[in-house]
Amino acid sequence: MVLPLKYNIRNVWVRWRATTSTILGIALVVSVFVLLRALARGIEASSGNTGDARNVLIVRKGSMAESGSLVTLDQFRTIRYFEEIAQTPAGQPLISAELVMLVSVPRRTGAGEANTLLRGVTAQGQELRSQVTLIEGRWFRRGQREVTVSRKLAQRFSGFEIGGSFKAGPDRLTVVGHFDGAGSAFDSEAWMDADEARSIFDRGEMYSSLLVRPRDAAALVSFTNRIAQDKRLALRAESERGYYEKQTVTAAPFKILAGLLGAAMSVGAVFAAMNTMYASVASRTREIGTLRVLGYSRGSVVICFLLEGALLAALGGAVGCAVAVGITMTLAARGTMFGSLDFQSFAETVYQFRITPDLIVLGMVFAVAIGLFGSLFPALRAARLPVISALKSL
Amino acid sequence: METSHGPVEPIVQIRDLTKIYRQGDIDVTALAGVSLDIAPGEFVVLMGPSGSGKSTLLHLLAGIDRATSGTVLVQGINIANLNESELAGWRNQNVGFVFQSFNLIPVLTAAENVELPLLLTALSRSERKAQVRTALELVGLGDRAHHRPDQLSGGQQQRVAIARAIATDPALLVADEPTGNLDAKSAADVLNLLQRLSREAGKTVIMVTHDPKAASYGTRSLHLEKGEVERDVRATSFTP
Repeated sequence: MVLPLKYNIRNVWVRWRATTSTILGIALVVSVFVLLRALARGIEASSGNTGDARNVLIVRKGSMAESGSLVTLDQFRTIRYFEEIAQTPAGQPLISAELVMLVSVPRRTGAGEANTLLRGVTAQGQELRSQVTLIEGRWFRRGQREVTVSRKLAQRFSGFEIGGSFKAGPDRLTVVGHFDGAGSAFDSEAWMDADEARSIFDRGEMYSSLLVRPRDAAALVSFTNRIAQDKRLALRAESERGYYEKQTVTAAPFKILAGLLGAAMSVGAVFAAMNTMYASVASRTREIGTLRVLGYSRGSVVICFLLEGALLAALGGAVGCAVAVGITMTLAARGTMFGSLDFQSFAETVYQFRITPDLIVLGMVFAVAIGLFGSLFPALRAARLPVISALKSL
Repeated sequence: METSHGPVEPIVQIRDLTKIYRQGDIDVTALAGVSLDIAPGEFVVLMGPSGSGKSTLLHLLAGIDRATSGTVLVQGINIANLNESELAGWRNQNVGFVFQSFNLIPVLTAAENVELPLLLTALSRSERKAQVRTALELVGLGDRAHHRPDQLSGGQQQRVAIARAIATDPALLVADEPTGNLDAKSAADVLNLLQRLSREAGKTVIMVTHDPKAASYGTRSLHLEKGEVERDVRATSFTP
């Protein structure tokens, strides 16, 4: 039989000075842990939210990403006439040959330059991506050295404002509009005409990838198999969504960092909880003796102190999660974006903190684990107290 | 003790009870082969100088300490044969404790303190509440049920402790210097209460005290000296 929970709640309340510092310590650990995980989740969401389930992306066999892939103009010309491909009302096949390049652009903060991803798209490129919408200015024109960039990217780099320009290869490109990628990976890109990009970057008859929309689900399967089986092409086709979901590797360092920082900081939090619980046991020695005399077993005493530690930590966890949610909401309201290097494309990718209910649960579980671990030894000490000497304690 | 129906079975039977403590390299004999019987309903007072073994005897017969040798049978049960967990359950059902410093849980109200031993029983919530109310009314504190210990006087706190001790309706009540921290008026109230519980409710009360005035409330006094019972004096009736 365990003691009533109100006994623990009131004891936590009565010792508010000691418990507040422990609660704040655990809150700090949990908020850092949740925020780092939220950052990783933001990156994952950006990649996971990208692409259209109806589209197929084609890259060179053996390439893991578009940036390391080459598709020739000949291959493009061959594939565009495959009967599985859907057509526009004007009778044009829904296929875009694309060139992915890196350009180094100065940051607005003045903290040097960073690579950004410049995507050259052909005529059907925009139509194939319903996630991307023009929100300011206009789209780039074919045959012009113009770009339309993501608004989120424009907030981070100088020269990305409408009318601004930046260096790309031997030339300068002029920004004519801003688009929104609806939280997808396209929010980290700048777009221009693919053939103009081939010319600037001297790519001859080479593209990086092809984006295709087959007619229907059956055509999608047939098209994918056809690409895979055609030995002359040496290309690989997969669903656009599947491709981007695999690109979440960028989130890995943040997950590792969250784990390492969480572990390091939790050691401190465990000691804080342990200290509080040891003090609590010391000041309640006679109470513990009395409870034992009344018939409460050693196990009940252990459970009582573990519960109290868990309660203390849960309060800290709740505060920590609330702080993390508060920070995330404030940053979202201000439109603050974060950027980091994408280890696939080596371009800067932008994203926002993303807190989901499961992250809150994870934060609370982490907090309670700290509390349980921190109170385990004090609880065992309480249970081992000899009853008579506990009763004689002042 | 005998009644018209013949001899009464003792509630407590102690035989050759010895307790030796180890203090560093020295063995200290707290009790040296004590044997005695206590009949149901007796109000036994244990007296003697400090270190005479009276508290040790109280702890042993209440099952909160283990003897070095000898036996303690309470209602026929040899408590030395019970393991730690069985002993805790046995104490809960058979022994009520009253301490010198009241030992109430400061964060709980009077009613919640009285309910503590009942939480270990199979009683329903409403049965527990009823029993708590009865116990508090019996000690005259029905109107203080929702007061915390720090909102009560010393005498009232000790009466709450007595209510807690009788909540599970144990046959044995043990009290260790229950009036040691009380003024004369409160001490008299507490002693009268213990006497009433013995006389009217048939509880067997065993009380340790240094105070001869407190001792006069009992029906029997045992004087201990150097771990042995030196005198065993029975009163003919309850006083005062």
